[in-house]
Amino acid sequence: MLEASKLECVRGERRLFAGVSFRLDGGEMLYLQGRNGSGKTSLLRMLCGMTPAASGEIRWRGKPIRKLGEEFRSELCYLGHQNAIKEELTPLENLLSAARLAQEALDEDSALDALEQVGLHGREDLACRYLSQGQKRRAALARLVHEKRALWVLDEPYVALDTAAVDLVARLIGAHLQRGGLTVLTTHQSVAVPAGAVRELWLGTEEAGDARHALTEC
Amino acid sequence: MLVLIRAVIGRDLRLAMRRQADIVAATFFFIIVVSLFPLGVGPDADQLRKLAPGVLWVAALLATMLSLPRLFADDHRDGTLEQLALAPQPLGLIVFGKVIAHWLVAGLPLVLLAPVLGIQFDLANDALAVLTLSLLIGTPALSGIGAIGAALTLGVRGGGVLLSLLVLPLYVPVLIFGAGAVDATVSGLGPQAHLSLLGALALGGVFFAPWPTAAALRIALE
Repeated sequence: MLEASKLECVRGERRLFAGVSFRLDGGEMLYLQGRNGSGKTSLLRMLCGMTPAASGEIRWRGKPIRKLGEEFRSELCYLGHQNAIKEELTPLENLLSAARLAQEALDEDSALDALEQVGLHGREDLACRYLSQGQKRRAALARLVHEKRALWVLDEPYVALDTAAVDLVARLIGAHLQRGGLTVLTTHQSVAVPAGAVRELWLGTEEAGDARHALTEC
Repeated sequence: MLVLIRAVIGRDLRLAMRRQADIVAATFFFIIVVSLFPLGVGPDADQLRKLAPGVLWVAALLATMLSLPRLFADDHRDGTLEQLALAPQPLGLIVFGKVIAHWLVAGLPLVLLAPVLGIQFDLANDALAVLTLSLLIGTPALSGIGAIGAALTLGVRGGGVLLSLLVLPLYVPVLIFGAGAVDATVSGLGPQAHLSLLGALALGGVFFAPWPTAAALRIALE
């Protein structure tokens, strides 16, 4: 479903990686690894269509994502470094307004249920600026609980979370893969996802700053 | 489509209500700048009447400028702008909603205050009415045109100054026709021509500016 062929990323004068190719089908997860600065986030942003690739092509269901545009974006759920949470709004308002902007049907009950699942019960009506870093991350991840879009692109989803929340996110990803969804994620923590096939992609190696990568299947 | 625009407007208004300091600051800036002129120029009624349209309009431009940098900066900082850009609708529509919300928060208070502040300048009733009407028609154009500048200077250090340099020259036609409408009323020519041109600028500003703004935002997000 998601195919990348010979992607190249150039940031300023530096070439972060080149010749990255992979293919991901329904029920599979791509586990993106690499040192800091090896271009993981850049690759994720490329997959979302936010940053254009210096060369190479990304295809979704056989068509280049540049041409698909809105059709592709309606199947994409991106969770970036930043939480995309409004500090002035409560977790509940954040969740509902995010769903409304993405034109997803999410009623208040399922939103409350999602917040309860991520452990924010009793904090629904507290402005997010009073929450701790981990709680903010949980509020951001609550989006995933009822998320039905096919492709999840997650940038370091486990950052700032405690072990219980990490397990919960892993379970959510597992359930998503079981439904036939796709996930691309970066993380520096090794977390086992309960279901689905996992592919690993290494970006960059130590020698000569020359970007190489390896694709292994587990 | 309408649902989306309403969702954006609702969200931005709610955020503005939770952060009233911004609205209050820009509105008070407008009140104070306008009120300083009668004090500085002196109580000569004829002179004040001549100055009034220009002073009110320039103060409205500057007050709008004050609130522009935050139009996209907050969303950019906390990552919500990325989510908006990845929403399955054209980004231009979302920007359109944000422009409307910005006008409701930053432009409409100026329009409502203008008749009260105009009294300080001894404006006649018909001139006050035309002044308010010209601001009502013209301030949406300020929000629309300003959005382009705000998007182009997004993430730039010292963006505020650059934003003024970029946007204020583009406000010149709005200023000329807005203040001109009041002058024309006072001199007995009738404000229709000026107001029509102002209306054209406002339509252009509100309906066409979101698309270049969306393009600029996509560049800023790369």
